Amino acid sequence: MYIIAHSYSLLNKNPKISCKYLYIINKVVRVAEEDMYKGYRGAAKKKLKELGVKVWSDVIIKSTRGIFKGVILPRAETEDDQHIVLKLHNGYNVGIKINSIKSAREVGYKKGHYKIPESEFPRSSEKPNVTLFGTGGTIASRLDYRTGAVIPAFSPGELYGAVPELAGICNLKTEKLYGIFSENMGPEQYITTAKAIGKEIESGVDGIIIGHGTDTMHHTGAILSFMVQKPPVPIVLVGSQRSSDRPSSDAALNLINSTRAAAYCDIAEVIVCMFGPTSDQYNLLHRGTRVRKMHSSYRSTFRTIGDIPLGIVTSTEFKYLRKDYNKRRKDRDVTIDTAFEEKVAIVYYYPNMMPDMIESLIDHKYKGIVIAGTGLGHVNKPLYKPLKRAIDEGIAVYMTVQTLWGYVQMYVYDTGRDLLKIGVVPAENMLPEVAYMKLSWALGHTSNLEEVKKIMLTPIAGEITEREPHNGYIILQGGIPEVDEFVGKYMR
Amino acid sequence: MSKELTDNEEYYRKLGLKCGLEIHQQLKTEKKLFCRCKALLHNDDPSAVILRHMRPTLSELGEYDGTALMEFKTKKNVIYQLYDDTVCTYEMDDTPPFRLNQQALDIALEVALLHNCSIVDEIHISRKQYLDGSIPTGFQRTGIIGIDGWIPYKNRKIRIIQLGLEEDACREVSDVGHKIIFKTDRLSIPLVEVVTYPDIRTPAEAGEVANFIGRLLRSTGKVRRGLGSVRQDVNVSIGGGTRVELKGIPKLQYIAKAVANEARRQKALLDIRDELRLRGITKGTFQSEYQNVTSIFKNSGCKRFKEVIKNKGKIYGIVLRVFAGIFDKPTQPGKTFGDEVAGRVRVIACQDVMPNIVYSNHFEEFSLSSEEINQLEKLFNVKSTDVIVLAWGDEADVKTAVSEIKIRAVDATSGVPSETRQVFPDGTNDFERILPGPNRMYPDTDSPPTPILEEHLEHIRKALPERIWDCEKRLEKLGLTEPLVKSLSISRNLKVFDKIVEKLDVNPILVAVTLEEKLKWLRRKGKNVDLISDESLYQLFEMLNENKFSKEAIPTILEFLVDNPNKTVKKAIAELDIKSMSIEELQRVVDEALTRYSNPKKISSPFKITMGEVMKIARNRMDGKLVAEVVETKLRTFIDG
Repeated sequence: MYIIAHSYSLLNKNPKISCKYLYIINKVVRVAEEDMYKGYRGAAKKKLKELGVKVWSDVIIKSTRGIFKGVILPRAETEDDQHIVLKLHNGYNVGIKINSIKSAREVGYKKGHYKIPESEFPRSSEKPNVTLFGTGGTIASRLDYRTGAVIPAFSPGELYGAVPELAGICNLKTEKLYGIFSENMGPEQYITTAKAIGKEIESGVDGIIIGHGTDTMHHTGAILSFMVQKPPVPIVLVGSQRSSDRPSSDAALNLINSTRAAAYCDIAEVIVCMFGPTSDQYNLLHRGTRVRKMHSSYRSTFRTIGDIPLGIVTSTEFKYLRKDYNKRRKDRDVTIDTAFEEKVAIVYYYPNMMPDMIESLIDHKYKGIVIAGTGLGHVNKPLYKPLKRAIDEGIAVYMTVQTLWGYVQMYVYDTGRDLLKIGVVPAENMLPEVAYMKLSWALGHTSNLEEVKKIMLTPIAGEITEREPHNGYIILQGGIPEVDEFVGKYMR
Repeated sequence: MSKELTDNEEYYRKLGLKCGLEIHQQLKTEKKLFCRCKALLHNDDPSAVILRHMRPTLSELGEYDGTALMEFKTKKNVIYQLYDDTVCTYEMDDTPPFRLNQQALDIALEVALLHNCSIVDEIHISRKQYLDGSIPTGFQRTGIIGIDGWIPYKNRKIRIIQLGLEEDACREVSDVGHKIIFKTDRLSIPLVEVVTYPDIRTPAEAGEVANFIGRLLRSTGKVRRGLGSVRQDVNVSIGGGTRVELKGIPKLQYIAKAVANEARRQKALLDIRDELRLRGITKGTFQSEYQNVTSIFKNSGCKRFKEVIKNKGKIYGIVLRVFAGIFDKPTQPGKTFGDEVAGRVRVIACQDVMPNIVYSNHFEEFSLSSEEINQLEKLFNVKSTDVIVLAWGDEADVKTAVSEIKIRAVDATSGVPSETRQVFPDGTNDFERILPGPNRMYPDTDSPPTPILEEHLEHIRKALPERIWDCEKRLEKLGLTEPLVKSLSISRNLKVFDKIVEKLDVNPILVAVTLEEKLKWLRRKGKNVDLISDESLYQLFEMLNENKFSKEAIPTILEFLVDNPNKTVKKAIAELDIKSMSIEELQRVVDEALTRYSNPKKISSPFKITMGEVMKIARNRMDGKLVAEVVETKLRTFIDG
């Protein structure tokens, strides 16, 4: 996950390796000495062998460009095989081209350290008990200076070492469910997580935190809202937009605020707790079914869409912005319902979309289609025929809007009315990703389209609201003098 | 400070002075280093602000870096001011970096080659941690371009450790209490960092070498000018001392004095250490106690304490055993060891209203009553060999202050603490932060490595400007004075100078004076001399060579060209109505002037009057010296005849 996320950078270097694999690499390095050419391949590896040096060798390299002294570092596997990475003694890294090297002499050996400080997490019976589930990556992590690899801190002791403020909030228990990037989350992980939550609730925990990569946090927020119904305690999803090894990271504050929310806040729902503004000020609590990641890199990326957030968490208090949330309870009742149909797709409509897009879903035996249509919920005429065929063949077809804000209102224009007639079901103001998760979940229960429709259109966790408040859509337009003046009065 | 004090090689050799430089120079690029914002500075109001905090991150060995921890102790609210056109989400640390600016990289490569560095094959960007808030990410992105270079100095070489390319930090607007404000416009403007080995032997040399490197950088014509575009850090230590970094010396002239003062300060701190040792105080035997003493001053007549108590602040006292007199030992001109301690309290405990501490022997000056002093002494069971130090303010800050007083006192038992110190115009310095350890560097996982291909490097190597030391020798040989050599060798007009001198038969001194001094004169008059093209400058001397006007006309013509940048020299001469003049015409004009005298012998100063008359016609058309010669000859004949 991204809180997390040194793994993110490693992923950049090699999108194909999974986080899990990275941990394995770390472990292997920790225990095995034989990985002498870590990350080097082809010509570069051959050159290292020829020179009689290896990773972690302290060397003096003579090249056509000069003399370089330093420690040979592992190289990211996706980089070319033409350079050797050297950590100079001043801490900087440089790359030396292998065919410029005239000679290399090993003068020492300095192996990288892989250790995270750990101190015992202070417990007391007066503090609430909170369980933190890890889904991948690290809540807090430390970069290995020599390799750029990430060492995850995850055990309570390690987390306490990195974010000592946690000890003042709760008794923390951690459990690593799996280690993957958030884009690799899927039904298997959703089901495991939902079941794990059920078990923790049963065992009496006061709140649950789920450390999660931010990319698909809102997808997970949605599905957990359906799989874990009426929980008695808060289930808080949290991540970070800036990795936790940087001084300016949002990870620590996110973790502190989400831990406070899990331990003390009154909202017993699946919620996302992330930065409100980009400034280090407060976090927002978003309902799991109405939240969406809206910027690829901003800290304040998560926004409640078409409604207002549930609340604000500052360093000293909770401000509840609405009253219609499920309250925290003492009982341990919760419904864990992990049904999931995998053959469901989102079709993001664009002008000139060809019928074969829909045909291919039918041919591949998809059971549900969520369309993100234009405007009030439209697609072009050429799609009518394949959509009709889909519905005739028993596929559930639902309409959402790609504008994200607003309701599907298909009776306004002819196109909408035509689609209604074909049997496309308007999904009210469900967000496309939420409708996708809900349809997968509904189809997991039944393939009877009427039953599915009943499930789909009956709100379970705020995914459909009866009304959109006037302040549910405020996207201030920068550049307008009065907007800039108004916004200028506040920290962003 | 006399030259002797800064330039006495023997004295500083005995003192064991070690001194190296870190020169930071902004590059003249259109855009910033890691984003596409314009590299421009603002003086108007910001369009938005954001608030951030900095948290120390664990070091390689699972420990917090000393500086990082210190900055965390300050618990600062860091405010960043944003601007519309020069700051984007990158500077806000809300977007990862874009690819390295190629223009900046090419300039850095040029600079590295000029410093005779070995160029790396692949640049890896690193993160250098800064928790003072000066960079919103908490680290500076920086990369090594070259290592192990040298520059000639006197009869030896000053070796270069490394040449780095990095992003500039924010500009500090204010730092009061727990709130520090930065302008982000300067952030990420590309700069090169030249780091020398400690090959400098005296304070005076430090200034000279800095000046030399500055000139070498400017000789590329691709670096920024103006206030703040170049900043010098100087690393100083003496035998038995510790490396101290004197930070951000804004003017070359301050360097020698700053280094000499620092050497003196380190000597004073070593003397204090020896004194403490004589008293039997070491890190192990050091003793201190502190207490909240606010109640003693409940009804104090001391104005400062009244205010503290009114604001619900606290007053703490700490006794340092066997430290009597140490706080009054001089360390720098006008400063004592007490100032060392106060500086640390100012920065780390955010107690920036001075004085921020007061200690034994100074209580009366601070308007404490003898009863209050007695109570204090009784409370701490003070002996005459001890010293009490008082600090005040918000309770959390006072606790930090007291702990810092203790830390600094303990440090005194081992000599010179490793610090970054801020230099003032008077050459003295004060605590800025603890010198960062080696653990603050780590790879920037957001940036891929950038290879420097041989062909590209070769291309830059071929286009390198003449080395400034070669250029200076060449200009000296042409007979130029030293100021002209210094000015022209880093001038943008060097190219056109070379062309004029090579192709035309003109006096190089006249050309140099015109290009450097005359143009500067115009610039000082507020004229934008950059509007004059190299072509016009060449033409100017070409026409002078053809006697189309006299050299006296040059300033007039230059001024015309600045005001009419689209007009040629020929046009200038025509419009200024400067006509060429032959010797015959001159003689005729002189003759005519002379005929006006009925009795020349009666005139008091005939030469002056005649010259005046003749120059009315010959000005700008004929060399004044020649006119004088003709007038003098003719006048003599006229009078004698």
